[in-house]
Amino acid sequence: MSGERLAVGPACPIPVQDVERVQLGHGSGGKLSRQLLRDRFLPRFSNPALDLLGDGALLPATGSSRLAMSTDTFVVRPLEFPGGNIGTLAVHGTLNDVAMMGARPMALSAGFILEEGLPLDLLDRILDAMADAARQAGVDLVAGDTKVVERGKADGLYINTTGLGLITDSFTPSPQSARAGDVVLVSGPIGCHGVTILATRGDIAFEVETESDTACLHPLVERLRASCGEDVHVLRDPTRGGVASALNEIAEASGIGVELDGIERAVPAPVRGACEMLGLDPLYVANEGILVAFVAASAVDQALAALKGHPLGREARVIGRAVDQHPGMVVARTGLGGTRIVDLLPGAQLPRIC
Amino acid sequence: MKYLDEYRDSELARSLVARIRHESTKPWVMMEVCGGQTHTIVRQGIGEALSGSVEMIHGPGCPVCVTPLEQIDRALHLASRPDVIFTSFGDMLRVPGSECDLQQIRARGGEVRVVYSPLDALELARNNPEREVVFFAVGFETTAPANAMAVWRAKELGIDNFSVLVSHVTVPPAMVAILESPDNRVQAFLAAGHVCTVMGWTEYLPLAEKYRVPIVVTGFEPLDILEGILMAVRQLEGGRHEVENQYVRSVTREGNLPAQNLISRVFHLVDRPWRGIGTIPRSGLGLREPFLAHDAERKFALGGITAAEPSDCRAGDVLRGRIKPNECEAFGTACIPERPLGAPMVSSEGACAAYYNFKRFPGPDPRAADVAAARAP
Repeated sequence: MSGERLAVGPACPIPVQDVERVQLGHGSGGKLSRQLLRDRFLPRFSNPALDLLGDGALLPATGSSRLAMSTDTFVVRPLEFPGGNIGTLAVHGTLNDVAMMGARPMALSAGFILEEGLPLDLLDRILDAMADAARQAGVDLVAGDTKVVERGKADGLYINTTGLGLITDSFTPSPQSARAGDVVLVSGPIGCHGVTILATRGDIAFEVETESDTACLHPLVERLRASCGEDVHVLRDPTRGGVASALNEIAEASGIGVELDGIERAVPAPVRGACEMLGLDPLYVANEGILVAFVAASAVDQALAALKGHPLGREARVIGRAVDQHPGMVVARTGLGGTRIVDLLPGAQLPRIC
Repeated sequence: MKYLDEYRDSELARSLVARIRHESTKPWVMMEVCGGQTHTIVRQGIGEALSGSVEMIHGPGCPVCVTPLEQIDRALHLASRPDVIFTSFGDMLRVPGSECDLQQIRARGGEVRVVYSPLDALELARNNPEREVVFFAVGFETTAPANAMAVWRAKELGIDNFSVLVSHVTVPPAMVAILESPDNRVQAFLAAGHVCTVMGWTEYLPLAEKYRVPIVVTGFEPLDILEGILMAVRQLEGGRHEVENQYVRSVTREGNLPAQNLISRVFHLVDRPWRGIGTIPRSGLGLREPFLAHDAERKFALGGITAAEPSDCRAGDVLRGRIKPNECEAFGTACIPERPLGAPMVSSEGACAAYYNFKRFPGPDPRAADVAAARAP
């Protein structure tokens, strides 16, 4: 409603409050921009580095430790879904990538591309969720940016976040470090996020009792670090492309094969049901709150106990092992004792006809 | 999960395998008709488990695979039109036409949407009266009732901007074509359970009688398929050729009569070309006269679009059971899921894709892979 009423410009006598939706003027660098920042962003993310409102953030230097850095862009549709929203994902996704490198997340930046017409109360909910997620992770958002694009040029809003983390010891799991003999663990149930998003999109008429699993995985990493240390060879959060794609990447990077056994048991019934109906394979469905770990066989019990001791890892389980054979390839045992290949998908996963 | 886990129990599966092996006095050759069954057989390694006792030939029952190239080209033509919203089941998006596929058309700006039901496409037409909405009506008797319903409703509600590009085919004529082919090796059929859920199984009685071939209506889970194979083996060993129903939890003798009624009110039998096989008389469904206003081929005058199949793709031989996918020279080299030459490499129900996805292990030679998989403990 306000779009027509408010002509924004130096001569406009109408006060620039009471808007309900994002307008192009919010990206102009003028009063509306400043108002957006002051009313909506700063109160939620206030911290010494951000509050200076400089061109960038100054962070304390860190002696001999190393910095881990990761960036990710979030374009999820719908913006809100059971279990979270795009803001939660934007914080968790990037911080999880940093955590998977063995780093302790310390700072976050966020860039927002807002579409003209985005309801501001929706923006508020998304920012609230981001602030909550960052607070729970103990990380400050220290730098940010907003841009506004014309209606029709973006799906409501897109968020890019960059995370910085600190590595202070020799705990540096990496995708290249899997060894034959390692045991493969998954920290929780598979497929909840992807299936929830599909069900929420509304162009498929079905309902499932799932929620996105979006969560900050850093506490799980801390527990693994404390209990197993360098026996943890690889950590990965299997987001887009699911567990199957993550395992393929690790197999290739480390030059080992992966043999899965009983991974079906890590797929909860509602996810299996939805995937059966839609003709999708849950191993390729996205996750936002589980990690895959390759751990030395001697440390499996400690690793499982460490994961299970945290609410996020209660359903942790062994799903397979790394082998010398078929390097770069992931296979799964079938019920008849044979094996099948679990390959990378050629493109997007397309539902089957019948 | 209820109603699924019961049919995937690996101990029961192993005991069925042992019984099939025990009761087969010589190697038998049978064909599973439906692509969904092929998927299970390859994914679960049923072929290896039975090797030496039963050879499974993968039949032409993947709707994506048998949709002729020219029909794909017509779909691509429609999807490129700015006035058209083209809707399709997901599998069809990657099927290669002569020059590109629907995904590429979408990337170039064509409006292509995946739907799970033709009724969703009809709803889209109702909500976008200024656009033409076309649904790609492919599939066997399984998808025909819903597609017939969409056309029926479109006519009833006067939704004139909704049309269907029809490429429906029916199962029994394809089975006849296989049985009458001079180099046929198929000794028994596992008929497609979902097709029979709609159509019942009486139409297979004359086939079993005339060609003296056992036909077992079979479901899609591992235990269904193994039980269907066992029933067929018992017929072959006993010298019987009957129609039997393994899939009793879904299929009745008469099938779904209201669905059949709807199909026959909207569609009639027409000659239809099958990709890689050629035209099979009275093997397809076309719209009846009262519904021709919703026929996309007529509405957009697509008759002039024809196409020739690529010569190095042996999809036809695969679909007729003459060769296994990995016996095609292009398999895994010129033809892979990222760059499919023919449709069976596209859909996960397609025999070539099923082989590629689940049976390359461990080396590049897929035949060596079969042996290795069979030896696995």
